[in-house]
Amino acid sequence: MKLADEEEAMRAGECGPAAQWAIEHQIAVGRYLGALDFVPVTQAHIMADTESLGAAGVQWLERMAALPPDQRRLRIPAITDPRGTDFAAAHRLKQQPWMLDLERRAIAAFEALGVLMTNTCINYQTIMPPVFGEHVAYGDTGVVIYSNSVCGARSNFEGGPSALSAAVTGRTPRYGYHLDERRAATLVVDVGFTPRALDEWGALGAIVGRLAGDYWQVPALVGVDRVPGSDEMKHFGAALASYGSVALFHMVGITPEARREADIMAANATLPRHEVGEADIRAFAASYRRDIDRVDLVVFSAPQLSLVEMQQVAGLLEGRRATVPLLVVTSPQVKPDADRMGLTARIEAAGGSVLSGMCFYQSYAREMAEANGWQRLATNSAKLVNILGGYGYRSALLSMEACVDAACRDGLIAS
Amino acid sequence: MFIATAGMGGRVEGEALAARDGFSARYDLDRSRGVFSRADHKLAGESYVGRVLVLDAAKGGVATAWMLHEMKARAVVPAALVLNAVNPIMVQGAALAGFTMISGFDVDITQAIPNGAWVEVDPTGERPFIRVVRSKI
Repeated sequence: MKLADEEEAMRAGECGPAAQWAIEHQIAVGRYLGALDFVPVTQAHIMADTESLGAAGVQWLERMAALPPDQRRLRIPAITDPRGTDFAAAHRLKQQPWMLDLERRAIAAFEALGVLMTNTCINYQTIMPPVFGEHVAYGDTGVVIYSNSVCGARSNFEGGPSALSAAVTGRTPRYGYHLDERRAATLVVDVGFTPRALDEWGALGAIVGRLAGDYWQVPALVGVDRVPGSDEMKHFGAALASYGSVALFHMVGITPEARREADIMAANATLPRHEVGEADIRAFAASYRRDIDRVDLVVFSAPQLSLVEMQQVAGLLEGRRATVPLLVVTSPQVKPDADRMGLTARIEAAGGSVLSGMCFYQSYAREMAEANGWQRLATNSAKLVNILGGYGYRSALLSMEACVDAACRDGLIAS
Repeated sequence: MFIATAGMGGRVEGEALAARDGFSARYDLDRSRGVFSRADHKLAGESYVGRVLVLDAAKGGVATAWMLHEMKARAVVPAALVLNAVNPIMVQGAALAGFTMISGFDVDITQAIPNGAWVEVDPTGERPFIRVVRSKI
């Protein structure tokens, strides 16, 4: 990789050991992925729940945080993805003291480094959405795909160590979706049915993700007959990124880089084409419903809920009572508004639990299942359904309405 | 011998655990027991500890960027990862952990390497490679 003078200085240790480690890490990643140089970035978003870090990762963070302040300075604003707990609710989730201890240590290390503890995976809805063309270093696949596709920003998937490196160096290797040529469509999906509910948007994202297959594919959707809202794009993108490891999509006539098909496809390109219709979306959801007629809990999470989703859940619970655990997970930015507007009180008066600053699958999901006897789960998040298979859950993908119904009928799913 | 387009880490040998399926540490593994835990993964129930994983594409989210480091610290970790297609997260995770990984072949590597074969993975030269040292053990 070609290095600028400042990058050479970091590599030589002139900017301290944190910058030296960070630039070496970025060079190793950049060389592997064919980057020729670095690109300046303006924000970093760091995924670092302690289930992923483990004790070894927390110790690694603590060593960096223990450096003298002038040797670990962040060059750009850095924010965080959800934590592994909501401390106020940890006892209800039966999380163990060692989990909370690791979280406290990770938080202390991040705060010492000057990282802003936003603890959210919906920063594009609540903190500071990137603008068109802005180069950023974001973690959380849902954040990256929304920022790239809906906002027109430019980021690769930056895992925690790489996002932190970008915060320290103020740059990232220029490969993948920082490059114009990588942002062209590689497959076309003709959508014969525009989803209505969030779970349907997630199912469509999952199907397209499976068709795409890997990180370097860029699906272009044609035929979407209206402009999806932010929560719809959120569920679609999160599922697409989860099932396909995809970081960028286009919706022709809707997303900013695809006003016309010609904007994202070469004139003579022959791309693979697929059709997805309503029957495919129904079949996808049905594939998860197999043999699940009752669930142990209902979870709204992954991504964290917007204020609008909080209002929808509160409305569906009006006059009803959840009789199995109903977890409603939102961001620390939305939660105070939900409190102030009475949404939290309405959800909790109906037996739900509003959790903040965490995400269900990032919060020791396997240990929570064992401690609480949870095996079968209902959610309207296709992303959550996908992830929890590895954690031993059997999950049903339902509409928000059907999830609330199940929570209020002792977990029984309406046929 | 199968040449990869990129590699990192040190030279290792081990028993290949090969399947035409994807890889994500969070989505697919029970990292405490060291086994593939995703019920519909082709390697469900198999131990990955000390094995050379030969799989199709990197899947899932960003957690693997930390998890390879955590797995290596507890010594409940594969010997190496060999993939048809990586995503940046696998590269970032391997870089943090000092983990051996190669990727990008002109054949489907999951079909080229027999499951159970003893293989050598060497990313240290100009041309990273995997080769079968001896067939199924």
